[in-house]
Amino acid sequence: MFYREAGDFKLSYVEDSQTFPIKFDRYRYYAVLAVAFGVVPFLVNDYWVNAILLPFLIYAIAAIGLNILVGYCGQVSLGTGGFMAVGAYACYKLMTAFPEVSMFIHVLLAGGITGLVCVLFGLPSLRIKGFYLAVATLAAQFFLVWLFNRVPWFYNYSASGQINAPERDVFGIIITGPNAPAWATYMFCLIFLTFCAIMARNLTRGTQGRTWMAIRDMDIAAEIIGVNPLKAKMTAFAVSGFFVGISGALFFSVYLGAVEVGEAFGINKSFLVLFMVIIGGLGSIFGSFAGAAFLVLLPVILKVVGVDWLGWPTDIVAHFQLVIVGALIITFLILEPHGLAQLWRVAKEKLRLWPFPH
Amino acid sequence: MKLKLTSVALSALIAASPAMADLVFPDLSYRTGPYAAGGIPFSDGYNDYFTLVNERDGGIGGVKARVIECETGYNTEKGVECYESTKGEGALIYQPLSTGITYQLIPKVTADGIPLHTMGYGRTSAANGRVFSNVFNYPANYWDGASGVINHLLEENAGDLNGKKIALVYHNSAYGKEPIRTLEELGKKHGFELSLLPVDHPGQEQKSQWLQIRRDRPDYVVMWGWGVMNQVAIQEAANIRFPMENFIGVWWSGSDHDVIPAGAKADGYKAVTFHNVGDDFPVFDDMRKYVVDKGLAAGAGDQVGKVAYNRGMYAAMLAVEAAKTAQEIHGTAEIDASMMRDGMEALSITAEKMDALGMANFGPAFNVSCENHGGPGLVGVTQWDADTQTWSLISGFNPTDREVIGTLVAEDSASYAAENNIEERCN
Repeated sequence: MFYREAGDFKLSYVEDSQTFPIKFDRYRYYAVLAVAFGVVPFLVNDYWVNAILLPFLIYAIAAIGLNILVGYCGQVSLGTGGFMAVGAYACYKLMTAFPEVSMFIHVLLAGGITGLVCVLFGLPSLRIKGFYLAVATLAAQFFLVWLFNRVPWFYNYSASGQINAPERDVFGIIITGPNAPAWATYMFCLIFLTFCAIMARNLTRGTQGRTWMAIRDMDIAAEIIGVNPLKAKMTAFAVSGFFVGISGALFFSVYLGAVEVGEAFGINKSFLVLFMVIIGGLGSIFGSFAGAAFLVLLPVILKVVGVDWLGWPTDIVAHFQLVIVGALIITFLILEPHGLAQLWRVAKEKLRLWPFPH
Repeated sequence: MKLKLTSVALSALIAASPAMADLVFPDLSYRTGPYAAGGIPFSDGYNDYFTLVNERDGGIGGVKARVIECETGYNTEKGVECYESTKGEGALIYQPLSTGITYQLIPKVTADGIPLHTMGYGRTSAANGRVFSNVFNYPANYWDGASGVINHLLEENAGDLNGKKIALVYHNSAYGKEPIRTLEELGKKHGFELSLLPVDHPGQEQKSQWLQIRRDRPDYVVMWGWGVMNQVAIQEAANIRFPMENFIGVWWSGSDHDVIPAGAKADGYKAVTFHNVGDDFPVFDDMRKYVVDKGLAAGAGDQVGKVAYNRGMYAAMLAVEAAKTAQEIHGTAEIDASMMRDGMEALSITAEKMDALGMANFGPAFNVSCENHGGPGLVGVTQWDADTQTWSLISGFNPTDREVIGTLVAEDSASYAAENNIEERCN
């Protein structure tokens, strides 16, 4: 009944090749956008934005970035935390060096810088694959964290080695710092997420995405049919780095406001984003959203249920959280190895036939 | 089922809506993770003191104190979540027990008008009340700690550290980096040579640092560690047979759980402190009578009198006294966060007050003022006796080198004020 092509006629190639070719799907997408942009900003308070929405939006951007690299191009990366740190420190240096420039430009530039760094660390991928590449990116993770700890120029020689986001605005609306209104920070991140998701979706549907997927499925075969592996892999690293850098910049400047590289961008962050991609679904933009939502919301829900409703001691709840998240990850990987995105796909197929399955 | 759901929703509503006339003290604690060893006793002490005040005195000025515990795991993201979820409950004061979370909260609490008390941690230059309106770090800060260590070493060496080698083993984070600047300044002043040995989070891997210490043979090792890092460092020091009496930690590296794992080899290890140790104070009799024996103790209830427990209790005591002061100033028992801030700024701890609380000589007498949020910075030295399993104070609470520290505080707070366009207060 839902998601049916029947009666949905396309009169031009443009209509036929649009992102959501099924009318029902398209309207659902418009409805989500309308709610996110038109309704949510009027309802949110500090708690919702700072504890739930901002981490979700920012991790979704990071997950999209990593998904392009791992899910679409098949290059395993464990350096996400380090690359997010590049975005954060680039943003910090830009914010302090050019205070009058709009935050939009700073964040985009931070993404660009991260893209370049990511390409640099992606160069070994031309020679090494699979687990070996994972180890090489792991080296990037540790090197970058060490670098930002070691070289005082990156943190403007502050005594503690922390970076603090000064107050900056966009068109007169404060975006960073403690006085930023909740809706403004939410909208700022939402705009970036929408931009990144649309860009990623269109990149992966076109030639670029197909060359990435060709490399992922079998690089020798791809080379034989004329895909340039250097170009394909480097663009994947660059685009992935761009998104991850944006997420790192937002993570530091809008969400946390002060970070310490080893704590905020350690190896745990790399694994967290990788789990998001795996649980959400490799090679799916929707999966990046689902994975980020799952891993951001789950601990908060468990905490609310355990501590606020049931009144259990906080340490028991914190330990249970580890157990439950771990168990859920294992259950997911056994029952649905293709992640939440596959569940969504199956649900759509079922809904299409409902209520008259074969 | 429906009934059940409704009752769950109802009870959640009752639990969530703040019962009026409560003084809310959020406890951003960590009972899990690599830093739990220090987080648990501190949080137990913090909770128990409020329970004691409620049970024995019927609250603060007749109003019950309510502690909301929130687990941060020493993680800044969870710290932000905890802050946002508790501030709506009418939180009077935050004590996150984490320098990383403190850095996040300094701008937030200032914007929200809630005071932040970072006792012996956090941003040291917050001692300058002219710049930091809502942040307090009395009675002593990191730089007092660093200077206290050096003063103790000066005393041992008859006032001359010229040519001595001192190694700093520190947690490679904002916390561990805090004392470096002070130690460098003091090194210039007293002529000792400082070498820096960072240990990465969480601190279990220290072989290379201690190998270097073995090779360089410094005269003294100073430690700025926390959590599991302390136990590992003391064990490693014992392994290379570094003389324990030349190994001295900051107050966060000087608790019972830090030294016990190394057994008899830890005997003689020293740490600086800004409050007294042990459970030989009348307040602990009350604590046993009203809290522990009634089964109201937080956690397992087995930490009473431990160093970190005492510190948590001391932090709670200062918060309660500040709340009392605020009630006096504003003439109302039901104070809010801004009144609490005024109370903290006007806080005066006298020897008589401490005596009345059953905590005579537990901590220094001091006054907080608009300019000085950092207290007097009196630092004593404690030493571990592995036979009796006790810490004992081996010096009085002595003043630190405020000349050096004052300059650094002024410098650092001025740069913070410039970065954030803050106008100086108290003029």
